[in-house]
Amino acid sequence: MSSESRSPLFMPTIVLGGALFGFGLAHSGMAKPEIVLDFLQLQDLGLVFVMGGAATVTGTVMTLAMRYLDRAPLTDEQYGKRKKTFDRSVLLGGVVFGVGWGISGLCPGSAYASLGIGNFPILIGLAGMFLGAYAQGYWRSYRESTSGTATPSD
Amino acid sequence: MELTHFGQTALAGLFPRGISQYAIGGVLIGLGVSTIYLGTAITPGASTFFESTLSYISKIPRFNRAKYLVSRDWRIVFTLSMVAGATIYALTLGGGGWTTDVQAWRLLAGGVLVGVGTRLGKGCTSGHGINGIASLSGTSFANVATFMLTAIGAALSMQALGVSP
Repeated sequence: MSSESRSPLFMPTIVLGGALFGFGLAHSGMAKPEIVLDFLQLQDLGLVFVMGGAATVTGTVMTLAMRYLDRAPLTDEQYGKRKKTFDRSVLLGGVVFGVGWGISGLCPGSAYASLGIGNFPILIGLAGMFLGAYAQGYWRSYRESTSGTATPSD
Repeated sequence: MELTHFGQTALAGLFPRGISQYAIGGVLIGLGVSTIYLGTAITPGASTFFESTLSYISKIPRFNRAKYLVSRDWRIVFTLSMVAGATIYALTLGGGGWTTDVQAWRLLAGGVLVGVGTRLGKGCTSGHGINGIASLSGTSFANVATFMLTAIGAALSMQALGVSP
């Protein structure tokens, strides 16, 4: 999608969707690391309903859109699924993310929402996420430039 | 009667804060993702924001691939809107602000690993956990199962070591 083919309503739609997303994260308690940690310590399984509810609504909408609609009105893109190829880094990344999530109770979306509810200590976690993402990208670029055979990762 | 009581006790044990805040929050999150999907056909994940935003300040090719450059503006808008949506919640139903007691070293160490892991694993709790599951993607199911089990193991280990909060 090039930015020229975007409708004037593109950004307002992103704003509305993002605000609903953030409101929902805050309402569900996921913006509080303590509640996420309670789930991961098996003391309050509510997170299952958050992820399950969100995936059910989204899955229903995606299925109906792919079946009955043609192209998205604001980008002229065809409706499709989220496709990511499977390889070893999907599992390795899952392990690294899981350890981080289990240590801190933080994931990206809930951290943005946490900042929104006035939880400023979360900036430490967000800084960490940027550091980690930068380190990962730096290391990948370095490896690809030295290995000769660059392998596309995703 | 006794069975009902037993059921309620078991439910209260698994869900000490009740279920409604979680289910309602989940549906709202789903509506947010669906709004963007219906309008744009984009399945918005939260963690690509890191790479796409790093493209503004870093020349590393990894952050400057075309798919990040075309999406970096709306990903910033998306993230700021999530912050704003949570602020609206805090000022209306949420009873004002709130800060965490989780120790700074946990936030930093956890954050770094989340940054590495979500980029290596191609997504996070929203990309894989919501959009990917909604797409019935095998890749996402594998990633979610992996990070869930690992995270439960890590959190229980922290608890066993007496780290709190």
